[in-house]
Amino acid sequence: MFMLEKAIVGSRRYWSWVIFLLLLMSVGLVCYLRQLNYGLGITGMSRDVSWGIYIAQFTFFVGVAASAVMVVLPYYLHDVKQFSQITILGEFLAISAVTMCMLFIFVDMGQPARVLNVLLYPTLHSMMFWDMISLSGYLLLNALISVVMLHSESTGVPAPHWIKPIIILSIPWAVSIHTVTAFLYNGLPARSIWFTALLAPRFLASAFASGPALLILLCMILRRFTTFDAGHEAIRKLGVIVTYAMTVNIFFLLLELFTVFYSGVPEEVESFDYLLMGLHGNRHLAPVMWGSVLLGVVALVALLVPRFRRNERVLALASVFVFMSLWLEKGMGLIVAGFVPSPLGSITQYSPTAPEWAIVMGVWATGALMITVFYRIAVSVREAS
Amino acid sequence: MRDRLLIFSGLALFVFFVTWPVWHGVAARTSAAGPKLELPKLEKNCVAPREYMRTSHMSLLINWRENAVRNNQLRYRAYNGKTYDVSLSRTCLGQCHGTREKFCDRCHSYAAVSGPYCWNCHNDIPKGVTTPGATSSGVVAKLTGSAP
Amino acid sequence: MKITRKQFLQIAGASAVAAGAGKLVTAVGQTEPSGTASSGAKTRWGMVIDFQKCRKDEGCSDCLNACRLAHNIPQIPDRAHEVKWIWKEPYDRVFPFEQTDYTRQAFDSHILPILCNHCGTPACVKVCPTQATWKREDGVVMMDWHRCIGCRYCMAACPYGSRSFNWIDPRPYISHINPDFPTREKGVVEKCNFCEERLAVGKPPACVEACPNKALLFGNLEDENSNVRQALRARMCVCRQPELGTSPSVFYLM
Repeated sequence: MFMLEKAIVGSRRYWSWVIFLLLLMSVGLVCYLRQLNYGLGITGMSRDVSWGIYIAQFTFFVGVAASAVMVVLPYYLHDVKQFSQITILGEFLAISAVTMCMLFIFVDMGQPARVLNVLLYPTLHSMMFWDMISLSGYLLLNALISVVMLHSESTGVPAPHWIKPIIILSIPWAVSIHTVTAFLYNGLPARSIWFTALLAPRFLASAFASGPALLILLCMILRRFTTFDAGHEAIRKLGVIVTYAMTVNIFFLLLELFTVFYSGVPEEVESFDYLLMGLHGNRHLAPVMWGSVLLGVVALVALLVPRFRRNERVLALASVFVFMSLWLEKGMGLIVAGFVPSPLGSITQYSPTAPEWAIVMGVWATGALMITVFYRIAVSVREAS
Repeated sequence: MRDRLLIFSGLALFVFFVTWPVWHGVAARTSAAGPKLELPKLEKNCVAPREYMRTSHMSLLINWRENAVRNNQLRYRAYNGKTYDVSLSRTCLGQCHGTREKFCDRCHSYAAVSGPYCWNCHNDIPKGVTTPGATSSGVVAKLTGSAP
Repeated sequence: MKITRKQFLQIAGASAVAAGAGKLVTAVGQTEPSGTASSGAKTRWGMVIDFQKCRKDEGCSDCLNACRLAHNIPQIPDRAHEVKWIWKEPYDRVFPFEQTDYTRQAFDSHILPILCNHCGTPACVKVCPTQATWKREDGVVMMDWHRCIGCRYCMAACPYGSRSFNWIDPRPYISHINPDFPTREKGVVEKCNFCEERLAVGKPPACVEACPNKALLFGNLEDENSNVRQALRARMCVCRQPELGTSPSVFYLM
């Protein structure tokens, strides 16, 4: 049913890549065992900045997972035929991204052996409980859809009729996983930079830009290294989606900046001041934010001009810039900035330590391995049919 | 049989790992004798029937924990009507079983039960304090300057 | 009117969803009972801190030390990993954005002890996914270190920075272990517990008992004649960031 045997047949290049990923995962695992032994003090987090790159990565990859909806919705609801080849790629990306999210949460927990307490003692007024429910549900949905659709493609038998409503369900569910993740943050009056109703729309806009951008890059990689060709039309349409989403995302950021800086309320201004200009001489995150802004603006200019966007080399570079810009903004910029200044006005620097980076890369490698295996199976099925 | 070397060395490795517990145990000279428990000197009755304690002391401890921490029920009425303070250090150890080394660890080490991590937080009775029910609250009182 | 089986099932399903949705909305929106007006509870523990009496410039730390020794609080040199239940901060940090350049000088030398406010509507309790922290009937916001999964969501939610996480094993950093109170292990969040173990045997909190100037008053906010209510009637007071709706139980007399 899972056709995993298709993933153990591959070229030398394929196996070199897989073994490289396994190596990264092993290093990450060793560092995680050290973290289990010593405590989360092995990371760069502190009493003031109590969430760091683990939760930042979780937030970012929930967005990437939700972005599968950007290929599923046009194809199933609006009959955009060009996406017929790549919906499976979007679903596999969603599965890998959600798994990465769950791993990032797991490695961030102080008492991971007790993780099931969230299910044993359900707490309906906690957004973290709902986040676990919605992420698990989304994982199951996409796993079911991928298995059924790929199986039907490999046997040539049309997919069973009951899968259609399940695919339609995955569309609002995708929006919900990222909305719930935004609710984690924007229900807290304690952190002014998060305490905005615009946070959920911002999250969705950046998700719908970064996810399809990654998908464009993955399609180009598949075209380069395998026989799988998504087609120029599909990639072009994805480019249009990224352009719209990135425009909305930057517009939302400008809305935030106007509200904060025009009103001049000190509490609001402080966090953004710290991000952009530094506060009381502490400019630690400013390069990150300006880097994100620069990459984003350059990418958007390239994307807005149709002549540039249609050039696939430019599109590839713009997609890389979009992905990096949003990774910096959502990852380091938004989450860490929520903790600076602290409720008592302290400015505490945060930088991930080496073991922390190793664990992060181990989780990335796990996601990359999943995508590699899934895409290998999809390509084999496509070749056979 | 080109792979003879690979097959036989793999087989040897397998046998090595599968029989590890046997020859490792023999090499470490573990004895077959059971755990020797030091029973409480002053208390003659358990907080629950002895057989129940033998099989389900973990259930009793978890009930004590939930009721004490979450429901503020700090006294326990035993099956024989006697009441006890709900406290791992003061009652289980201090009043009855002494230190963990004398009682809990004896069986747990023998049976390789490493799950319970109570002692990461809860205090073992300090060495030299032998009187049941004795704690060092007097020490704390002296340090904080408050009257005992 | 004839109704088909399909129609009946559709109506039944829709009714079930409607009934369930209402319940769900109330369950999700349900937070702790309002902490502002009297909720009818017989006891609500509260603390009043008179910082005129607090020996601010003589470096007195009696309340801090009493808490530390009573609760096995580690003294970790790395500020990033410090654990503190009650500690001292300058006025300007405790009540941020309140003073201007013209008024700040009068408050400059004031150092206040701050601790968990045991809010009437605690943000931390609202967000905890396992109910490892909850609000007891008598107003104390409790911690269950057996259930805490160490997600630190409560730390993000607390507007006062009252909570600490055990980033490393605290035991090596405890100067004197009080055997009557457990230590904690790495991976759980902790905070002031209003000395609930002392309240259980009728004693006041350690910090209140230790203060040589009786600057910390502790009592039942629901009892009109308690020491805390009398103090709150006699003088003007403030509490920290009341506009956030948390309804703190710790007040500072002006």
